[in-house]
Amino acid sequence: MPDTSGLETPGTVTGPPFPPPGRAPEAVRRAARRRARVVVRRAVRFAVSLAVLLAASFAMIHLIPGDPVRTALGPTAPVELVEARRAALGLDRPLPEQFATYVTNVLSGNLGTSFITSEPVGEVIAARLPNTLALALLATLLALPAGVPLGMWAAVRTQNGRNRGSELTFGSVTGTAVAVPEFLYAIGLVSAFAIGLGWFPPAGKAGPITYVLPVLALAAGPVAMIARIARVETLRELGKDYVRLARAKRLPARRLHLRHVLPNTLTATLTVCGLLLTSLIAGSVLVEFVFAWPGLGLKIVESITQKDYPVAQGVILVYGAIVLVVNLAVDLLLGALDPTSEIREQS
Amino acid sequence: MPVRWSGPAVAGAVIVALMAALAVAGPIVWGDAAERIDAGAILQGASAEHPLGTDNLGRDLLARVLVAGRFSLALALAATLIGAVAGILLGTLPSVLPRRAARLATGTVNALVAFPGLLLAMFTAVVAGLGARGAVLGIGAAIAPGFARLTQTLAATVAGADYVSAARMLGVPRRRILSRHVLPNIAEPLILNLTQALGGALLGLAGMSFLGLGVQPPSFDWGRLLFDGFSRIYVTPEVALGPAAAVALAGIGFNLLGDALARAAARTTVRKAEEPPAPPAEPDEPDPGAVLDVRDLTVTFPGGSNPVRGLSLTVAPGEVVGLVGESGSGKSLTAAAIGGLVPYPGKVTYGRLHLGGRDVATLSDKELGTALAMVFQDPLAALNPALKVGGQLAEVAVVHEGASRAEARRRAVDRLGQVHLPEPERRAAQHPHELSGGMRQRAVIAMGLMGTPRLIIADEPTTALDVTVQRQILRLLREVVAETGAATLFISHDIAVVGQLCDRVVVMYAGRVVEELPADRLAEGAAHPYTRALIASLPGLDTDRTRPLAGIPGTQPAPDQVGPGCAFAPRCSLATERCTTERPELDAHGPRQRVACWEVS
Repeated sequence: MPDTSGLETPGTVTGPPFPPPGRAPEAVRRAARRRARVVVRRAVRFAVSLAVLLAASFAMIHLIPGDPVRTALGPTAPVELVEARRAALGLDRPLPEQFATYVTNVLSGNLGTSFITSEPVGEVIAARLPNTLALALLATLLALPAGVPLGMWAAVRTQNGRNRGSELTFGSVTGTAVAVPEFLYAIGLVSAFAIGLGWFPPAGKAGPITYVLPVLALAAGPVAMIARIARVETLRELGKDYVRLARAKRLPARRLHLRHVLPNTLTATLTVCGLLLTSLIAGSVLVEFVFAWPGLGLKIVESITQKDYPVAQGVILVYGAIVLVVNLAVDLLLGALDPTSEIREQS
Repeated sequence: MPVRWSGPAVAGAVIVALMAALAVAGPIVWGDAAERIDAGAILQGASAEHPLGTDNLGRDLLARVLVAGRFSLALALAATLIGAVAGILLGTLPSVLPRRAARLATGTVNALVAFPGLLLAMFTAVVAGLGARGAVLGIGAAIAPGFARLTQTLAATVAGADYVSAARMLGVPRRRILSRHVLPNIAEPLILNLTQALGGALLGLAGMSFLGLGVQPPSFDWGRLLFDGFSRIYVTPEVALGPAAAVALAGIGFNLLGDALARAAARTTVRKAEEPPAPPAEPDEPDPGAVLDVRDLTVTFPGGSNPVRGLSLTVAPGEVVGLVGESGSGKSLTAAAIGGLVPYPGKVTYGRLHLGGRDVATLSDKELGTALAMVFQDPLAALNPALKVGGQLAEVAVVHEGASRAEARRRAVDRLGQVHLPEPERRAAQHPHELSGGMRQRAVIAMGLMGTPRLIIADEPTTALDVTVQRQILRLLREVVAETGAATLFISHDIAVVGQLCDRVVVMYAGRVVEELPADRLAEGAAHPYTRALIASLPGLDTDRTRPLAGIPGTQPAPDQVGPGCAFAPRCSLATERCTTERPELDAHGPRQRVACWEVS
């Protein structure tokens, strides 16, 4: 980054060589203050992002070229109906007033009414959000314990360029797995296991068995992605001095890898998992479409196709908010997990 | 920046080349077949005539898949260009804007990168309406943040380079620095990353069309064909197969090639062919009194380079032997070889490597783990940042001696006290970053004391510490050696420190021992021209500060560039014809001293 203002700080984390005993509490207090500052800064960033998101979702309808109501209802709709709809949406009011109303409404949970079904958008989202979250969370929970050991194993096997064959195989298999988009996994799984073998229902949500294929389709790419990252992280840690020292102590390989290396790779892996969870929530749009899964993703596709703007606006707002919340949660979690992350935070 | 053409990279390049050829030739060859309506062959499955079936107007699907390549790739190209241009503009903003605005731009990019691309694409699709235009704009918007981040990162690396600093100091305007120095230097990695972005755009657009939000009939791309085929998947699954395979293949091809290209940006070393190390000479009689007894230790790396060659060394109990030399002389690798820590692909061969009278190869992990203590240069790096200090000590006892956790912990606190760490109880419960540099090095030394150390290998243990702390650590090492009677190998480039601490000094040059002498004879008795030069380069109290410090002219040769003669000859003022052609052996030179030099022996 061109901004170097924070770069001098890492050195300040360590105190003077031998602080007199009386000064230790001061250092502890300083560390606590620094941690509090980090949390506050995160919270402010979250609030700003949320405000920007709110403005963007408001702007979305106004950015639509022409009259969104006319576009939605079609050229044959009677003028009175269009006018009535416009009035109902408040589109005839001045822009600042519209924005104020929008913000008040959103904050009180009122996301508007669907053009097509006249249902409150909030209710539609509340009914569908759990289904989407369930898919994304299950896929993450599946991908993490599958991907991390795979990556660590590959790293230990291919360290310092040994076993070139394994490295090449791992690289091409995971590279290929990452490159295939989730909707192709979904289509492949449906044709093979639902239509071909008939083991699973091809679509819909009815009981635990219907989760299997969508979750697999969603998790396949992330497993490969996490394995790749875990490998790189593990390789980096394996080259460090503390591993040399742990080797000099002649620790068993298991202990060396699980107790010494693994915790140090988790920071980066968890950061990626945060990003992954958000991308899974988005990726679920396509998977939900393939499996006719009654989640938010299917709804947003429907709403965009049908020009049901209030629904599209509401769903995008909720998606965006989820992304922001997940990122905030990952940041705070990392701060709590990793004793040194506050140093990294500065740079 | 050479691209390494491994199997996957070649496969990716071939697939991408095929895709490009398909985009050019597809519509020309199969254009008519793709548009030929056949009322008699509507919605058919696979047959000999139509290998992938037909669509609702009886058009051949295989032909349509082959023709759709051009449109799919063209849309992806357009989206990539939009995304790359927008991203690069956004990414260079921080380097031309004033400070506050630059921070804002950086923050915006960071926030956008965290946003899933598909969400940005959907937003754009709502605004721009259904169709190819909206989808291309949307995917472009989704690609842009990634490019912005990449540009920022690359620009930041270049901005730190000397020539940019120089330009800045000369008062060259920032915009000019950007266009003359920064952009040309980051263009190549950016272009290499385009391939990957293109693959991403292709998949993104296929996804949008597959959802019915992208290309609309009568136009068709692979995603749209997949959309049409998917609605018939229960009846004739094969009709979805063609477009799905095309999308998957393109995605894999661009990704594999893109991966190789993106990686080419940061590659320097090329591996040479491996040569077997020379067989070690026959060992002579072992020294029964020595704790460490090394004969003819050689470390070989692929390509036939020998950073340590034929090294012999003994250390007696309670003795501190200093191993000195400039960086690159092989002293740290010697320590690693003795500790069994030479990194792959290095190979260690020896005539004899005995610890406590036994070959190290026959020692169990338990014996080695408790008998060998190692101390490294940077104590922060040597301690695991994620684990508490006490736990890292305690595990030696838990693993090797089956001690209970409480017992091991008690001993850890005891050892921390033994190395004079103030408040050992509290320090044991802290993480390494909460300790100062000197405390960390004490903790590492205490870790070696958890077992019953017979050999301590200290590899530049004071180099990373400031001067007062250095002295404390040296005093502690002395104390530990006196208490435990351990043999100590002290590695340093600082001959002054070695002179203070050690009993005996071993001087290394280019992987070989050139002189061995008692430490108290360093000042007067050093015989080898290299040792003398090292001592002469030390500033003393009587050094004339107005004159430049005495240095040794020239540099040490790399391990694979040592000629047949004495490695120091090119820098030696005494060198003769013989020195460059014939290598001197280490021979006795007075009491307890050995020198490898033709001119002094």
